[in-house]
Amino acid sequence: MEAILFYLTALVAILAAFFVTKCRNPVNSALCLVTNFLCLAVLYVMLEAPFMAAIQIMVYAGAIMVLIVFVIMLLNLGTATKSVYTHGLLGGGVLSVLMLFLTNRFVANGQATGTGGEITSEVIQSYGHTELIGKAMFTDFLLPFEIASILLLVAIIGAVVLSKRKV
Amino acid sequence: MISVHHYLLLSAILFCIGTFGVLTRKNAIVIFMCIEVMLNSVNLTFIALSRHVGNMDGQIFVFFVMTVAAAEAAVGLALMIAFFRNRESIDVDDFNMLKW
Repeated sequence: MEAILFYLTALVAILAAFFVTKCRNPVNSALCLVTNFLCLAVLYVMLEAPFMAAIQIMVYAGAIMVLIVFVIMLLNLGTATKSVYTHGLLGGGVLSVLMLFLTNRFVANGQATGTGGEITSEVIQSYGHTELIGKAMFTDFLLPFEIASILLLVAIIGAVVLSKRKV
Repeated sequence: MISVHHYLLLSAILFCIGTFGVLTRKNAIVIFMCIEVMLNSVNLTFIALSRHVGNMDGQIFVFFVMTVAAAEAAVGLALMIAFFRNRESIDVDDFNMLKW
């Protein structure tokens, strides 16, 4: 049952990612990208990370995709599709297939070591995933959390300054 | 039973598809979306290995990757709007002002 769900989700994710690169109209690419994000959220649930799945749907499939679709609509790119929409197909294809071959070799020949940490399925079931994430984030990773908030502030100011007509 | 290798292979395939898109497409927004596909495949690797190892640190890292992706989306799309205002196009072939 789990295997069927995994293979189905993986198939849809790969097809959606492929159509992101293939579709001529950027709006279709954006819709395929949303499908890909939703499939990854399903995989996160299967990996016992429901909080990450929720964040994936809210932040990626929600906020970032709204931003991308908004910019596509704002620039009116749907009508401006050209006859030639790709370049370097051969070089890019060869390079990505080579990379796929290399990564598959790495994964097939290597062993994922270091199992048996303290976060097991029982701990996640009893504590709750969100609580574990919150505990880790506000104790061990407090400084990176604050730095991330400063990064977001800088990004907001940068976006406003860049898109203003006159500073 | 699905092992961690399945997830690693899936994320490798997604990453390579994203690379293919970044290398071949001309539209800057589509290139940006392909970069998002690559970032997401790396997130999948992090969460799969975090589950495999039994440690929370990989998932915290995914949280920060998402933060950086949001910041990147805001600034990158603002750059594209500014560029479109100057050139009336976001074709990467027109991004050649620094070329000599």
